[in-house]
Amino acid sequence: MVNLKKAINNIGLPRLIISFFLISLLIVAAFLKLSVPKLISDTLVRTGMNGILVLSMLPGMVSGIGMNFGLPLGIICGLLGGMISMEMGLVGIKGFSVAMLISLPISIATGYIYGLLLNRVKGQEMMVATYTGFSVVYLFSIAWIILPFRNPEIAWTMGKGLRTTISVEKAYGRILDNFLAIKIGDLMIPTGLLLFFLLSCYLMWLFLRSKTGIEMKVAGSNPKFAATCGINVDRYRILGTILSNALGAIGIIVYSQSFGFYQLYQAPMMMGFVAVSAILIGGASGNKANISHVIIGTFLFQGVLTVSMPVVNGIVTEGNLSEVIRIIISNGIILYALTKGNGGGKNESQE
Amino acid sequence: MNLKNSGGTGAKDKLPENVTKGIKEFVNKNMVIILFSIICIISIKLSRLSGIFVTRELIARLARNLFLVISLIIPVIAGMGLNFGIVVGAMAGEIAIIFVTYWKIKGIAGFLLCVLLSTPLAIIFGIGTGKLLNKTKGQEMITSMILGFFANGLYQFVFLFLAGGIIPMHDPVLILNTGVGIKNTIDLKNGIASTLDNLLKLKLPAFLIIIAIIGALYYLHKISSFYFTKNYRRQDIEEKKSKNKKYAVTCALSAALCIWSLVIMNTKSKLNTIVVPVVTFLVIAALCVFNQLIMKTKIGQDFRAVGQDMDAAQISGINVDRTRVIAIVISTVLAAWGQLIFLQNLGTLNTYTSHEQVGTFAVAAILIGGASVSKATIGQAFAGTILFHILFTVSPQAGKNLFGDAQIGEFFRAFIAYGVIGISLGLHAWKKKNNTDSE
Repeated sequence: MVNLKKAINNIGLPRLIISFFLISLLIVAAFLKLSVPKLISDTLVRTGMNGILVLSMLPGMVSGIGMNFGLPLGIICGLLGGMISMEMGLVGIKGFSVAMLISLPISIATGYIYGLLLNRVKGQEMMVATYTGFSVVYLFSIAWIILPFRNPEIAWTMGKGLRTTISVEKAYGRILDNFLAIKIGDLMIPTGLLLFFLLSCYLMWLFLRSKTGIEMKVAGSNPKFAATCGINVDRYRILGTILSNALGAIGIIVYSQSFGFYQLYQAPMMMGFVAVSAILIGGASGNKANISHVIIGTFLFQGVLTVSMPVVNGIVTEGNLSEVIRIIISNGIILYALTKGNGGGKNESQE
Repeated sequence: MNLKNSGGTGAKDKLPENVTKGIKEFVNKNMVIILFSIICIISIKLSRLSGIFVTRELIARLARNLFLVISLIIPVIAGMGLNFGIVVGAMAGEIAIIFVTYWKIKGIAGFLLCVLLSTPLAIIFGIGTGKLLNKTKGQEMITSMILGFFANGLYQFVFLFLAGGIIPMHDPVLILNTGVGIKNTIDLKNGIASTLDNLLKLKLPAFLIIIAIIGALYYLHKISSFYFTKNYRRQDIEEKKSKNKKYAVTCALSAALCIWSLVIMNTKSKLNTIVVPVVTFLVIAALCVFNQLIMKTKIGQDFRAVGQDMDAAQISGINVDRTRVIAIVISTVLAAWGQLIFLQNLGTLNTYTSHEQVGTFAVAAILIGGASVSKATIGQAFAGTILFHILFTVSPQAGKNLFGDAQIGEFFRAFIAYGVIGISLGLHAWKKKNNTDSE
């Protein structure tokens, strides 16, 4: 009994519940005569798609700013890079990499400013981040209309502004997914996409083991101790924010090439919450987060979302039950993390 | 009206004594209100909408929203920040409306039944919310916000997939064609729409006359009570005298308002076409009185003590957790009633979206009025709701005139709503951090 409890504690209750849920969904799917290999390949695609957005939570949590609900800021930098690359009419690998290259300096600059802001609001980072994200989304909703984009591929031919959804099918749709893709019957493994995701994870893993990375971890997990060791805590928090922001920018470009569309205007609003809940499902808590939490969390959460859709539709035909399931799981896990008192960005006075 | 002006008249009194200092103090104290007043005036100019139209819209929106905004105040006093969890209260109100509409109970009886049904629901939800917030001290706002999203998921689950199925409901008007799930919009025209508003409606000038007379009489009473009471201490007399000056000014203003309204009433001014739902405003006034009175009771003092310092309150024998739960329960119940008032005024219930923005808009409104995470008054709620809803009414038209696109105005007002919350929370956290650093 004690061992069982220990094991559950080790794995983490949320991770356990979601795993069981995913497995039972797959079993039901098999009974409903849905193609399980196809469901698994969809899950793999969506894991790769969302992976980097979830990875962007890691540097934030490790550096002590907590769950970065301000992810829409990074996403918008990525969208801006993507739009500029599309405006230039670039296609293929060139368009894809130029989008990233343009979005990187933008996201680093905004990340720096955002980091300065978060350093001034210690203890309330999550709330301030959420509303920074929301207001930036609406500021850019205005910008998407006003900015002088002319390319008919992305701008409305009639009237002002950019389209709500912009197809990247012709430019670089699924460019990563199809790279070295392996096909076995119904099972399709998006090798390129997964490689890109795992490579990013590996780089992050290396970084966290470097001197800078270790100092950042110390600054995040015990700011007072770090300060006495001569570590500039605020600087590492800014570094964490910049990394998180830049990964958000790259993440949305990777997401969009696989999804087939760039989604502008209000689409990025809730994406922060999805990424936060994924890493929490993976077992992260407060400033204890690592690469395995990112990978496991993304796979489990996206797995549940992907599999639940056809399964649920097989049982209840009306309404979008899987969307409701997403809302409940995603916010439920964040609430759970908050009550565990390790939502990150904890009030130091309470310790 | 008087509440809104109280800050202004206070500063004006000091003007002759020390003009620059007075102005500086006034600006510092009312920075946010002044800023938003300017934005509002510019937007009204840009929108080129008539004053009559804006006033009519504003009165309707005040009747609709004030109750909800005021429901935020008690948790702020109890130190729990801005309660985004009023979304949960709003859901309690909507659940009551769905069932009352289903039972086809019409008129004011239906409305009262909604109040009766939503109260126990809101109390239960409030206790749950309060217990959750007690587990997340220091992070109440983000928790209450996420709780709102979470509850929205459960709400959708219940009314999209259980209603008509597990919960037996049969009604072609309310239920989707498949027999499961409530429709997206419920028309309240044949139900509780406008039931509270229609109890008594007065033309705006007539309404103003009544307000002015009540105000004048109240302040006359205050002044006269000074002259009829003896045995004041010396320093009290000085204070009373300066207060009496203020009262006299307000009295004079009320009288002027009364006379002006009388004149308007007898002209063909379009102001006469604006009608005011008197009972709704009476209910709001009653809530204001309740808010003031509860602060004078034991529990009100506990709210304040807990809000100032939880540890000190605990040591002095206050059950902190219980006090916080009570604060949230009151807020949640008020939010449920507020949503009932909101929806009866609006006339349609968007089953799955009506409650979504309740928290954000109410919080933005009270913050624009100059409130902060740790301080909020009824005056700020009034001023903020007025400014926020002027902005809400005119910004699409202003955006259209300025950029040729109404959408820009809509985005702008959403940007303002979210931005003001972000900035206000940021400034508060910054101030708090600076205070702890300097200690």
